[in-house]
Parts: sequence; C-alpha cells; structure tokens
Amino acid sequence: MAVVVGLGLVWEASVHLFDIPVYLLPAPSVIWTDSVAIAGTVWGHTLATLYTVLVGFLVSIIISLPLAVALTSSRAVANAIYPILVLTQSIPKVALAPILVVLLGANELPRIVVTFLVAFFPLVIAIATGLMAVPSELIELGRSYKASIWQELYRIRLPYAIPFIFSGLKVAVALSVVGAVVGEFVNADQGLGYLIVSATAFFQVPVAFGALIILSVMGIVLFQAVVVIERVLFPWSAESGQNTIA
Amino acid sequence: MIEIDSVSKTFTTRDGSAVTALSGIDLEIPDNEFISLVGPSGCGKSTLLRLVAGLLAADAGRIAIDGTAVTEPRREVGIVFQNATLLPWASIVENVLFPLKIMHAMQADSRDRAHDLLQLVGLGGFEDREPRELSGGMQQRAAICRALIHDPAILLMDEPFGALDALTREEMSLELLRIWTEQPKTILFVTHAITEAVLLSDRVVVMSPRPGRIDEIIDVPLPRPRRFDMEGLHEFQDCAQRIRSLIFGRSGRGLAGAA
Repeated sequence: MAVVVGLGLVWEASVHLFDIPVYLLPAPSVIWTDSVAIAGTVWGHTLATLYTVLVGFLVSIIISLPLAVALTSSRAVANAIYPILVLTQSIPKVALAPILVVLLGANELPRIVVTFLVAFFPLVIAIATGLMAVPSELIELGRSYKASIWQELYRIRLPYAIPFIFSGLKVAVALSVVGAVVGEFVNADQGLGYLIVSATAFFQVPVAFGALIILSVMGIVLFQAVVVIERVLFPWSAESGQNTIA
Repeated sequence: MIEIDSVSKTFTTRDGSAVTALSGIDLEIPDNEFISLVGPSGCGKSTLLRLVAGLLAADAGRIAIDGTAVTEPRREVGIVFQNATLLPWASIVENVLFPLKIMHAMQADSRDRAHDLLQLVGLGGFEDREPRELSGGMQQRAAICRALIHDPAILLMDEPFGALDALTREEMSLELLRIWTEQPKTILFVTHAITEAVLLSDRVVVMSPRPGRIDEIIDVPLPRPRRFDMEGLHEFQDCAQRIRSLIFGRSGRGLAGAA
C-alpha cells in the first residue's frame, strides 16, 4: 500500500516538474477531480461493468463445473470435448467480439458471452485437474463401500477438488474483468470500457485514467472476495497449501 | 472363511502387452485368523488383496467369502491402505463415520460407536480435530477406526504401516494386535516387513513375482499374546530366516541365472 502511495506521489510530482500535458499523462489529482466531477456517470458505468463481470463470471462457473465433470468422466468424452475447448481458446476474443455482436444483437448478451469465453477455460482446467487429483486409494475406499458414481462425485471428488476450484476461480474472476472490458470496447453504450473509448475520443484523458484505476480496483476487490469466501466456507482448503497464490 | 481357488489375474499394460500379476493362487483363510502376505514388489500381494475386496475381478478361478462368490465389494469387509487417505475437509469422527454415510447405514448409536473406537485406539478427545492436525501414526489409527466402524468380519490391510517411521510402526503393530484380541476378525495383512509379518501373524504367505505365485505358507508357532521380546526366540528367528531365504534365495538364483 505504501508503495502505491509513494508511486502516486512520484507521479504527481513528475507531472508538475516536467510540465507534462494533461492529454498525455494527467496527474493523479487531476484524474481525481475530473472523475469526481462526473461521479454519477462514472458510478453508472462502474455498475454496468460490474454487472457484466459478475454475470459472465457466474455463467463461467455454472458451465465449467458440469463441463469439467464430463471431461473427467471418460476418455471418450474428454477426446470429444477437448478440441472444442482448445478451439474456443485459440480464437482471439477481441476478433470474435464484433462477430458476436452481429450474431447476438447490440445488447449486453455479446459482452457477457465474451466475458464467459475469456474466463471459463482456466476454470474448467482447474476443476478437471482437481477432480483427477483425487488419490486412487480414496476412490478405492469409496468403491469398497459401494459408493455410487454420484456419491463418489459429491462425497469425494468435488470436495477434494475445492482447493483447485478456488485457484481456478481466482484466475477466472480476474479474467472476467478483462473479458467485460473487451466486450465493452467493441459494442456498448455504457460500462468502464465504453467510458475509456469515448473519453479518449474526446481527449478527456483524466476520465479514461479514472476508469482504468476503477477497473484495477474492481479486479483486486473481486479477487480478494474470492479469497475471503474460500477462507470462510472452506478454511481447510485455504490452509491446505494447494493455493500458493493468495 | 475366505476361499481363494486357483485365482489368476492378468493386467494389460499401456503398450498392450499382458502382465500376469497372479497365477493359480490357492488359499483358505479360516475365520479370525491373522494372515500376512509377504513378498517382493510385483508379486501381486496387493492385487490379491483387491481381488478379495471385490475391487478387482479375477480372470480365472474363484474367490468366496463364507461360501458366496465375491463379485463386488461386500459389507463384511473393511480396508486400510498404506496412506491414511482421510478426507481433509472432514473432522476425525466424520472420517470414521464416512463408510456408514456412503452405505446409508447411519444409526442413532453410530456416533457413540465411532467415539468408542477412537477411544480404543487412543484418539479419545481428537474427535473434532481435522486430519492435518494429527501425526501420520494418529491418522492411520483413525483410518483403522474407519475400517472397523461397520464392524466387518474381515479386515484387509495393504501395507498399513508402510508410510510410518520405524518406532510408530512397532507401536502400531502391538496396537493392532490389541484391537484384534478385543474384536476378533479375519485379518489379511500385506507387508514388506518380514519381522512385522512374523510378529503379527498366525500364518505368513510368502509370494514370488512374475507371475505372482504362492511360494510357501509358513505357520508361526509363537504363543499369543505376542510381545516384542519374542523376536529373540528361536521359533521367531526360524520363521523369519525361512521367509528371508525364500525371498532372497530366489532372487540370488535369479541373479546367478542372469550372469
């Protein structure tokens, strides 16, 4: 935190010292006053982006979980699904976004789809890795008591995968912010990505910087929220050492 | 009574070649006997244990428990593995109750029974701890309680003390004998350790690898209850020596043959 404040001070001082024009690099104080001046608008854009991020993130979770279960259920299913998964990841999302707008219409749907496409892949991989990481003796233990496939999944595999799932969630939530902004760059009438595009078009560089800072704060807050949820709901997972980050 | 009648098992390896893990195994284990399977790696002792557990199916021959053929895992069997494999998210008592939950067999007194079992192995007071708070030996004790919770007539143990240090290992051996005396059951015990096998068992089955076969079955003539100082008795030494010569004598011949 002290480092961030220090860098801010150096930034502020340098801008004044070297007399850098505001359309190139605005001082933090100018970013603050210009952004606060249109606080209501900025707040509206922030909520719009937050909405896209959260819905995209939730959709990623809802789709990733059964997908990962299917991937790990049999080799045939994995062979069928994996190429498609890799294909969705090899397509640049920025290139895909305008096409999605044509396909899905000029509304929030393409933005959510882009967010989902950016965020879900690491989540699927993390969950699938977790489901496969269960020690074979634990699976044998379940089988020796005639656990059904369903019991094996929700009594052994899924709980075992929770530390993995949470490392996936941490990556996914950060990527959701990226995805939402990509979506907003291409097509939007609101959101922080849209704000950056329109502000820079009118050389309101301080406002664009303000939006950028809000986006990073949003990313950090959401990431920490995932960390806190894990600590509260699954303390054994947070302390298992499976998660080296966070 | 466990009857193993000319059982064979072949595995197909990754490159498609067949490996005979067990070939023509015949063994009868009467009720409440403590019997050990000893042999070098690859002699199929763990495979035999999994066949009795119903986790694997034999390619040929028949395994029966009390006259009924084993075609799937059965309720009268409890298993302990080399690693404690406790569920890291569940407390010790929940781990012990795990088999009952899977089998939908929780009863009003199940929790009391779990407490009694934990008491029996010296884990009283640790019921609500999580596995990571316990030492390796304590975790393995909890795993033994888990295998005993549904009061199985047969206990299958696959190198249960293999991951423990030497001192804990000796302590656990006597502990196991005490439990076995208090709650008699048939115990099929897989191990690498020759003295451990002799100290614990009524009979020691010595196996040889490629393909896995029974070399010899050795009766241990030591009286019960067993104690560590019996290791000095010549009966103990004779048994251990016989097993050693069966295992190492053969590999010695193998080396000579190769040269």
